[in-house]
Amino acid sequence: MSPQRPAYSDLMKSLNAGKFTFTGEIEPEKIGSMDEVLEGAHKLVGHVVAANVTDIPQSFAYMNSLGPSYIIQQEVGLEAVCQMTCRDRNRLALFGDLLAAGAMGIKNILSLTGDHPSLGDTPEAKPVFDLDSASLTHLIRKITDEGKDLKDNDIHNPPKFHVGVAANPGAIPIEPEILKLERKQAIGAEFVQTQVIYTIQEAQDFMNHIKHIKIPTLIGLCPLRSYKIAKWVTDFVPGMTVPDALLEQMEKLSKIEDKPTRKEKTYLLNVQYFGSLVKEIRKTTQAAGCHIMAIGFEEIVKEIIAESGVR
Amino acid sequence: MIIPKQKPLEEILQLTDAFENILVIGCDGCSGIYQVGGVKQAETLATLIRMARKLQGKPVEVRHTLVLRQCDRQLVATTLRPQLENTDLLLSLACGVGPQTLVDVFPDIQVLTAVDTFGMGGKDRELGHYFEYCRGCGDCLLNETGGICPMTRCPKALANGPCGGMRDGKCEVGDYKNDCAWYLIYQRLKAQGRLDLFTKYRPPRDWRIAQSPRKVEL
Ligand code: SF4
Ligand code: SF4
Repeated sequence: MSPQRPAYSDLMKSLNAGKFTFTGEIEPEKIGSMDEVLEGAHKLVGHVVAANVTDIPQSFAYMNSLGPSYIIQQEVGLEAVCQMTCRDRNRLALFGDLLAAGAMGIKNILSLTGDHPSLGDTPEAKPVFDLDSASLTHLIRKITDEGKDLKDNDIHNPPKFHVGVAANPGAIPIEPEILKLERKQAIGAEFVQTQVIYTIQEAQDFMNHIKHIKIPTLIGLCPLRSYKIAKWVTDFVPGMTVPDALLEQMEKLSKIEDKPTRKEKTYLLNVQYFGSLVKEIRKTTQAAGCHIMAIGFEEIVKEIIAESGVR
Repeated sequence: MIIPKQKPLEEILQLTDAFENILVIGCDGCSGIYQVGGVKQAETLATLIRMARKLQGKPVEVRHTLVLRQCDRQLVATTLRPQLENTDLLLSLACGVGPQTLVDVFPDIQVLTAVDTFGMGGKDRELGHYFEYCRGCGDCLLNETGGICPMTRCPKALANGPCGGMRDGKCEVGDYKNDCAWYLIYQRLKAQGRLDLFTKYRPPRDWRIAQSPRKVEL
């Protein structure tokens, strides 16, 4: 179990110390420079312990995760959780990227299967999936614990990683999701970041379901930038529902004519709503922290944390 | 069986445009049984080509015939050899194996296929569609997965599913209309009291076994 393993990263140190831990998220998109990435990272540094860097999310042809992970660590001093998916690279390429990640000082990897290419903006792409999140987790363990590759060859100066996995509290039915986490715990996953939830009930239910799983779990939250987005999530993202009361409040605010006022009020509503949600999660569940995804308005993360009173 | 589908007639007419003496060859195996490329379909296709060419003012000699199984080199040789005089095109209605067998046996005659092949599966007569169930991976997992193939029926061919894209038992690929293979596997194994097989970690597969081309000693 993770507490017996040494901690190489600030994220793992925080989790091992039992501190209520925050992580954020950076999404490098279809961009050829680091400006936006750095801007987002600057807003998070000092408020979250580490930030995920997405790896071609939802199969949209975006920048990869490795380069930006390195750069936010070097230039901003923000620790990265480098997401790695199995969609685009076989075991050779993933291993090569892991060695490069180690050499670049990256300590946290989030092991993901990855969305199918058909979901993204280049659906013609050939899906790889030579490994999956479980076998990638196993590979990372092998590198870290044994200093070996999949064929038991020694690595010269093997890197040390912490490996995290994803879980979906909204999975219906929930049992296969729990069994999958049991599988990943047995392989040696060290932290869990969940998909987005919007209510304390969802957080409590999920944490109850995984009571027997001893991996620190960060609950995923995603503030809602506008009523349009909130409505879209509810209508089109399967398994995700913004609660009626919040949706109604956001709808009301969306009718304000003056744009700056509308934006500010919506922003404040988010700070209040998610701030108190974080507070409740901390008070009433065994969650190890929260993973807050606020792509494009990262400044809200520190306000939510402040509102929650956790720090 | 192997799932065949006839190419659009337009395309077949274009492909055969330059030939003068065509033999359309049905197969009485999978393609015939599925009524995609049996003797009746071979006859119909021959007639359509003949009519179209006549309308274009470029009449053509088109005959049709049937091989019991176009994947059998010996059967192909004995059935077709007596019918080949003056033939400049062999047009196959079998799965992708048929035309290749024709090429092996008759290397001097042009061979074209009138069919697209979609792997191995079955047909639901009531729903009126074919479904793919096996991609011949060479290391069959069915005994561990409740008789449901994740290599074929999961678009990611995951050995440790389901992925995070499963919703209500449906797959993220195809707009949540198709069953998630790993959900089906979960249900079967649960009903059999074998969820240990579900939770079990399966190491990465050895893809050499599935590496084409394969020669299998029986
Ligand atoms: S596991 Fe392999 S051999 Fe078995 S049904 Fe699936 S593809 Fe075919
Ligand atoms: S939803 Fe199920 S069938 Fe679809 S890709 Fe994921 S595991 Fe495979």
